[in-house]
Amino acid sequence: MFDWLFMDEWFPKFDWRWDYTWEILPRLIEATGNTLIAAAAGYLIALVLGLVFALAQRSQSRVLTFFVREFVEFVRSTPLLLQIFFIFYVGPQFGITLSPWVSGMIAIGLHYSCYLSEVYRGGLDSVPKGQWEAATALNMTTVQTYKRLIIPQAIPPAIPGLGNYLVGIFKDTPMLSVIGVAELIHTANAIGSETWRYLEAYTMVGIIFLALSLPAAGLIRAFEGFVRRKLGM
Amino acid sequence: MSLLEFLSQYWPRLMSGTGVTVAQFLLGAVLTVGLALVFGLMKMSSNRAIKGSAVVYIEIFRGTSLLVQLYWIFFVLPLFGVTLEKFTAGWVAIGLNAGAYGAELVRGGIMSVPKGQWEAATAINMSAASRMRRIILPQALVNMLPAWGNLMVEILKGTALVSLISVTDLMFQAKQINASTYLSAQIFGTALIIYYILARFLLTPFMRWLEGFMARKLGRA
Repeated sequence: MFDWLFMDEWFPKFDWRWDYTWEILPRLIEATGNTLIAAAAGYLIALVLGLVFALAQRSQSRVLTFFVREFVEFVRSTPLLLQIFFIFYVGPQFGITLSPWVSGMIAIGLHYSCYLSEVYRGGLDSVPKGQWEAATALNMTTVQTYKRLIIPQAIPPAIPGLGNYLVGIFKDTPMLSVIGVAELIHTANAIGSETWRYLEAYTMVGIIFLALSLPAAGLIRAFEGFVRRKLGM
Repeated sequence: MSLLEFLSQYWPRLMSGTGVTVAQFLLGAVLTVGLALVFGLMKMSSNRAIKGSAVVYIEIFRGTSLLVQLYWIFFVLPLFGVTLEKFTAGWVAIGLNAGAYGAELVRGGIMSVPKGQWEAATAINMSAASRMRRIILPQALVNMLPAWGNLMVEILKGTALVSLISVTDLMFQAKQINASTYLSAQIFGTALIIYYILARFLLTPFMRWLEGFMARKLGRA
């Protein structure tokens, strides 16, 4: 396929082998499955935990608000890679051994929940104050108000922001390779170290990422437009 | 070993790692700003070839992971005759990655400048280049600076990945010390705090100051 480019004349070291590419492709596709599972699981954790953090920052307790706020800032300002190492290695020091998958999911879920809590916060703040007053007038408790009135109204405007972070999580899953989760980069590393050929494996990983994240970003944009129209924004 | 003893023993290595991290950040940030300006302006061009190449650059680097790009630049680029030393490969990958995000910020910033400003500059016979440089870009800069503050923190966090190609940054030193002492909570905790201080107490206040400074320069504050 690259013959017409005269690649071997220009770049003598560049020798793309298609037979080798087909040989490693099944392993990369399997790893793609793991990457998608990791992204989905991390995202689910982040969706739930993010809402918890957002609600905690609205609590009456100044102390709770302060600590959650600072924790969110801390997690958002430090590298995910370091957090993955921290969670994976610190557990065993205190007698809690977590598998690579579990610690990876906790790290990614926790990291992104701090981003998502900001998105939720925007949504919660956008609910008009009159809704609260109406709920008080109806003698609803705080929990009831949140569950029946505030959260259902806060989620739809937050959906576009929430969707963007799904692609973000997907692109951050390669960091899980450092603790041995068999996702795409981990598999590409393994293939590379077996055969000393990195060209095909890393290039295919790049192409797989592009092939998945570009359509996903497009779908999220389309969905965002749909939600905006539904809300009359 | 108490935490104090531990810190006094490993402090020099942590500090040298922090120095490398800061160097990676600064070089990466400068490259990011340069690439963001060039490709942000290119994407607004009416020439389809120029616009197309900017779109390709932005979509490729935003569509894949920084780690994938870093490995590709470090392991695959040599096959094309471009061999980068690991330190250089690190900040070049960071700059290329963040530059794609920055280009979108530049484009958004320029589009946020009211149309009347363009028309007024044209009316007083400014050339396209001086209109961009003297009228549009300064206003665009003020509008996009808050978003750049977030991107700068992302760049700083991104530098941790260069440890995976053995650049001896803070992350790398922390990993090495952990491997020889098994004091994971202490070493990774300290490294987390150093990153936090860099981001929250140096970088963010600087970007806030820059926002205020630029706004005052334009007479907006």
